[in-house]
Amino acid sequence: MGTKRKLENRRKFFQTSAALIGGTLMYSLIKPFEAIAETKEKDTEDDKANLPLWGMGVDLESCIGCGKCVEACKIENDVPKEPFYFRTWVEQYTVKNDGEVKIESPNGGIGGLKQSVPDEDIFKSFMVPKLCNHCTKAPCVQACPVGATFISPDGVVLVDETYCIGCSYCIQACPYGARYMNPITKVADKCTFCYHRITKGLQPACVEVCPTDARIFGNLKDKKSDLVKFLQKNPTQVLKPHLNTHSRVFYNGLSSEVK
Amino acid sequence: MEEHYQHLYEALSQVDGYIYPNEIDLHWGLMIVLYPYITGLVAGAFILASLERVFNIKALKPTYGLALLTALAFLFVATLPLVSHLQHPLRSYEIFMTPNPTSAMAIFGFVYLWYLMVVLLLEIWFDYRRDFVIWSKTSTGFKKLFYKVITLGINETDEKSAKLDDKLGYYITVLGIPSAFLLHGYVGFIFGSIKANPWWSTVLMPVIFLFSAMVSGIALVMVVYMVVCWVRKVKIDMLCLDTIAKYLFYILIIDFTLESLDQIHRLYEAEESFDIIKVLVGGKLNITLIYIQVILGTLIPLSVIGFFQIYKPAEKIRKFVYFFIGIIVLIGVFFMRWNVVIGGQLFSKSLSGFTSFNAVYSGMEGYLMAAVWLILPLFILTFLLWLMPPWKKVTSHE
Repeated sequence: MGTKRKLENRRKFFQTSAALIGGTLMYSLIKPFEAIAETKEKDTEDDKANLPLWGMGVDLESCIGCGKCVEACKIENDVPKEPFYFRTWVEQYTVKNDGEVKIESPNGGIGGLKQSVPDEDIFKSFMVPKLCNHCTKAPCVQACPVGATFISPDGVVLVDETYCIGCSYCIQACPYGARYMNPITKVADKCTFCYHRITKGLQPACVEVCPTDARIFGNLKDKKSDLVKFLQKNPTQVLKPHLNTHSRVFYNGLSSEVK
Repeated sequence: MEEHYQHLYEALSQVDGYIYPNEIDLHWGLMIVLYPYITGLVAGAFILASLERVFNIKALKPTYGLALLTALAFLFVATLPLVSHLQHPLRSYEIFMTPNPTSAMAIFGFVYLWYLMVVLLLEIWFDYRRDFVIWSKTSTGFKKLFYKVITLGINETDEKSAKLDDKLGYYITVLGIPSAFLLHGYVGFIFGSIKANPWWSTVLMPVIFLFSAMVSGIALVMVVYMVVCWVRKVKIDMLCLDTIAKYLFYILIIDFTLESLDQIHRLYEAEESFDIIKVLVGGKLNITLIYIQVILGTLIPLSVIGFFQIYKPAEKIRKFVYFFIGIIVLIGVFFMRWNVVIGGQLFSKSLSGFTSFNAVYSGMEGYLMAAVWLILPLFILTFLLWLMPPWKKVTSHE
């Protein structure tokens, strides 16, 4: 073999390797855009404009901590019964006279929350229902390595069960503890605003069963909706606003003790 | 399943204060502690090799090949704890097929591949190619077959080809330094970019991870070098060992400064999360952070090697001390990863309480499996050293 031929051999080897590696990289870069090539409808933007934008208001003055919403959610969405898995739960805050804050949520509030602090020691007490905040800038969606969790066009943060690899990164990224690893499906699970119900014109299960109408679900774009009226009438706040997640769950009467 | 629930009920009974109900289950366990630890060893070992090759620190020459093979052995294993921790490991390829461009974890897969395929394998290949050709003529059986295949049909052994190998190898090492920085800086970013967790969310996290990676990689190569010399019954090059220790000392100073800066910053700013972090550091992380990471893994090595810079005791003592220091530094960095990964999940994001970490012995997340992932690279390294011993190399770069 002459030197020239050897060099050519080597060059060929590098060319082939480069082509193989480059090809694989290109494929993975192009794959996410596959969907663009497939959609032929031009009017997706218009469609989106006509879609509702779902949100929830929570009226803390009305919540009595009965835990019915938690129970209904577990039944409706096949959430495991064990007390480590919740799509929604209710926290009971008790500020004592000495300033100490006691927070409790035994079994997420199922069966009703009971006060464990004697009356004479209580400065104030209130209930706070919690759920996924369906953030506009959702940290979980940002973190998911494969795009299995996403924001639907109508503003609901969802998980594609067939796609989630179960890395738990989204659970770490959620500031509100709203996600859990489902031990049965082995994928990240969370509140969907009962997407299977709301897309049929029904209310989420937790809203449906609330005896005091403490949860107000609705379309943020519809000026006549109960939710928009609730937001107009009350000064509301979101949880952890400093994290800039632009959450779509709004609380009326939120106290500074709530985190 | 029942066992898992049992485990969680036990954790539930140990909750201190209030935690969100979904937080009882610690989602990242031992496997995720191992992942940055092993990746760090890779990056650190590679940077030690680069010190010799690119920065021309000739005293480190005896460890060049060893450092590269150590990096490779650990890199092969680096992603395994990560994949085995996935709930759907068979879907892990989706990270490459449909990566989410905003996810730190997704991009890591590409950084890893780049590092393994382009940097490390190519550098080792260029370094060994001529030797493979020469060895393929003198050996028999599996070794002969391996050498023949791995030369990829490029069989020149003349000076010109050796020069070309050397040149290309050098360029790849130069490229490798930022790549090693990227590899491990990125691992730090996976944690540092999580704004939901105040224990992780610091801009210093990638830099801290990088320097602690260098510390652990250098310590590992130091220990491996000594063990290999003992096994081969050859004299340890003391100049080389002293030089490694010197660099370990320098990088440890930077690492300790950065980590202290991070803590001082937290202490001084005393933000919303400070109260709970104070309790975390003083309580649940007291032993692993203060005693193991800081005192055993940092302050003792710093003072001992620092002392050696002024006064050098007899070789025999130095050898023994370096070996001991190497081991405690490795333990210290392991617990640094532990304190980040486990520590960050022990307190609730409600900043109002703590859960606890109950490790198990068996199963995919247990101690036994962790031991396997730590011992496996050592077996791979032994195999690599048998297959391509750096000390038997005929050629070596300039």
